[in-house]
Amino acid sequence: MSSLHWAVFAPFLLAIFVPTFYKRFRSIHTGWLILGLPILLFVYFLQFISITKGGNTFTASATWIPSLEIGIDFYVDGLGLLFALLITGIGSLVILYSIYYLSKEKEKLNQFYVYLLLFMGAMLGVVLSDNLIVLYMFWEFTSLSSFLLIGYWNDRDRSRYGAQKSLLITVLGGLGMFGGFIILSFMGGTFSIRELVAQSDTLINHPLFIPALLLVLLGAFTKSAQFPFHIWLPGAMEAPTPVSAYLHSATMVKAGIYLVARLSPVFAESGVWLWVVSVVGLVTLFWGSFTAVKQTDLKSLLAYSTVSQLGLIMSLLGLGAAALHYEDLDDNIYMAATVAAIFHLINHATFKGSLFMAAGIVDHETGTRDIRKLGGLMPFMPITFTITVIGGFSMAGLPPFNGFLSKEMFFTGMIHTLQLDIFNMETWGLLFPVVAWVASVFTFIYSMILVFKTFTGKAQLEKLEKKPHEAPIGMLISPVILVSLVIIFGFFPNLLSSTLIEPAVASIQPTLTSHDFHVHISFWHGWTTELWMTIGVVILGTLLTLTLTKWIPIYKVFPEKYTLNKVYDGILSLLDQWTNQLNKKVITGSIRSYLIYIFSFFFLILVYALFIKDAFHIDLTNLAPIGIYELVLVLAMVIGAISIIFAKSRLTSIIILGAVGYTVSLFFVLFRAPDLALTQLVIETISVALFLLCFYHLPKLASRSEERITFRLNNALVSIGVGIVVTLVALSAHSQKLFNPISDYYLENAYKEAGGKNVVNVILVDFRGMDTMFEIAVLGIAALGIFAMIRLRLTRRNKES
Amino acid sequence: MEILMAFVIGILFTCATYLMLSKSILRIIIGTGLLSHGAHLLLLTMGGLKKGAVPLLTEEAASYVDPLPQALILTAIVISFGVTAFLLVLAYRAYQELGTDDMERLKGNDVNE
Repeated sequence: MSSLHWAVFAPFLLAIFVPTFYKRFRSIHTGWLILGLPILLFVYFLQFISITKGGNTFTASATWIPSLEIGIDFYVDGLGLLFALLITGIGSLVILYSIYYLSKEKEKLNQFYVYLLLFMGAMLGVVLSDNLIVLYMFWEFTSLSSFLLIGYWNDRDRSRYGAQKSLLITVLGGLGMFGGFIILSFMGGTFSIRELVAQSDTLINHPLFIPALLLVLLGAFTKSAQFPFHIWLPGAMEAPTPVSAYLHSATMVKAGIYLVARLSPVFAESGVWLWVVSVVGLVTLFWGSFTAVKQTDLKSLLAYSTVSQLGLIMSLLGLGAAALHYEDLDDNIYMAATVAAIFHLINHATFKGSLFMAAGIVDHETGTRDIRKLGGLMPFMPITFTITVIGGFSMAGLPPFNGFLSKEMFFTGMIHTLQLDIFNMETWGLLFPVVAWVASVFTFIYSMILVFKTFTGKAQLEKLEKKPHEAPIGMLISPVILVSLVIIFGFFPNLLSSTLIEPAVASIQPTLTSHDFHVHISFWHGWTTELWMTIGVVILGTLLTLTLTKWIPIYKVFPEKYTLNKVYDGILSLLDQWTNQLNKKVITGSIRSYLIYIFSFFFLILVYALFIKDAFHIDLTNLAPIGIYELVLVLAMVIGAISIIFAKSRLTSIIILGAVGYTVSLFFVLFRAPDLALTQLVIETISVALFLLCFYHLPKLASRSEERITFRLNNALVSIGVGIVVTLVALSAHSQKLFNPISDYYLENAYKEAGGKNVVNVILVDFRGMDTMFEIAVLGIAALGIFAMIRLRLTRRNKES
Repeated sequence: MEILMAFVIGILFTCATYLMLSKSILRIIIGTGLLSHGAHLLLLTMGGLKKGAVPLLTEEAASYVDPLPQALILTAIVISFGVTAFLLVLAYRAYQELGTDDMERLKGNDVNE
């Protein structure tokens, strides 16, 4: 256990004490007691900057399951540190915001902060783990705590629906990812990410490389809400706004981004990786921005915008993989894509966090988040308006905010795809910048809708539940800090470049550390193509925003029926129906059908085994001769057995069963088994007597009609099949004696060792006496059971009383 | 003889299965009775038939039949008797309490119907 372990597990430890705090100090908002921890952790993680800046890493390991090589190994490098700072930094701000957002009296604050702390610890574990299994453990912890947080208001239907949806989708991906991890560890022989990275050049030739890649990507895509798994994110907006700001904009949805970035060194040599990651990213970018425009709920709009921005980062990470294919170039232009991805990741966390908080303030102070009801709030809420303007403009990619810089770098990365000449990029590469540009136009439009529809125009005070007014100062602190960062990073991007971005990029592309890539970050002036593209975005975007009412009907071209949500709901209800129908069909409640399943399976599996193993042999030597007595008995038995089936009355069948039993005892006589013959005779007599007692002496019931078994072909086929299989197995087994029986020993030693001459009885009570003891136990239990069944009549006694 | 016995056992199993697939409890229990006869005869047959004297050492024969399957069958007979007796009383009680011996009508009421 090192200080790093304590740092990751501190939120879990604190979570244990939250309920006590909550109960003990009712007068203080529980959030205040929590707030210290993330701040402390943030400061703690800041000190690692000096380590990662020099390209070093800090590692700490603790044993967990040493026999399986699973240890809680943490390490801090550029990428891990960047995420850890985001988690703790934004975590502190969100907790501060939640103190003012959630009411002390009305809300179950103890639950809220326990979930939130669980989430924070899990997220730190995800980004700092070196061991794949430990990473997966923390990964599922984030899914689980996110589920709890989305369903925080669990008395609402929508919350429960959203929570369930997000859990189903993220856990589906998580399980896929787990499979990918297992394959990966088989391929590399280790669970350690760093050791896997070290052998990435041999892994790519493994036949399971592509399945592992796709499974890991499934996990990353579901978590990061990539197309078509993005549908859970808008549903997750039912969570309290601090949760949306924290989990669903800044941290959890970036876990998939983290995973892609972290495993890029392992997978990125493959063309599949480059294509899948970048194309899925682009599709998500476009679809998210396109769909965001039609949203009328502030948080839904922000959710789709998050989806689209995550797609942007994902596509940049995919294209960054191209850098690995040009190791000989001096000036590796594809590096720029990775740099842009990391830079935009930071920027997105800042502006999206602040926008969510602003939306929460609007909701909190007006009572609605519906854009159609809002408008003209600027005079009432000037500070919130300023925050939204800065966040929104940064999101749209306007100067002088940080979003502008990262959008320029994004365009740069996309333009560079035109020069790619690998994996068929030369033919399809042109689509990348075009789609990216169109998506940026939509991004601009929804950003403008967000800012201007909410705050400008005519106020519709009569539609609002409360009279709007500015939020309390405490609620404004966090978004103000975030937008200040938006501006600071906008004017001084190089503050970040050497401290955070360079180490992070170095850990995504470890083979390229020698390249001098910080040049790209500072190089942000000049009349470049990218700038013209941005100008084009602004012009077209403004035009389209102004004419929004004219072209918004375009969304009606796609009917509601075909949205992905409907597909999800459809799949769920179909699964439900199918399993129900299957259940109804198979689990009928009738013993007969279950017996048919069992017997058919018995038949099929044995015939298959006999056939496939070529096991059927028949050996006609060494057989006992057939005498006349045997023939007669065989005939009697066969006739008896068959006639039971056709017997009409129960009495007849009981008598015939007795006859068959006596025939069996005659067989025992013929086959030299006197003890068996005796026992069989006695037992058959008692059995028949019992049968008669039970069924012949019963009062005539109305439903009890004497009739033949109705013939059923299925039953006949199944039973003939069973008979044939038994015969075949018996013949085959008899024809293949592998070794001599061990009975010679018994025959030789029955008298010498045990002092008895009846060998069967000696075996029963001496050589194998244990069987007999338990057979006595069986009889005893049967007798007691029968006694209890007859004497114990609880229902009747209940009726009488 | 063994081959003949294999066929007889097959027929016993066929009849037993057919009875067990019927609706009346009585027939099902008769089916289990036939099935255990079949199984006992199968055990005996597989041990080999008629290859010597009764396994009583007073006989002083050159060879005896295999005593082990006989011991096994004896155990099996007693156990199947215990189970049959229990089943019979169970059926009798079910008959008394529920008023039917039709398996289709004995389906639980809580099953999806």
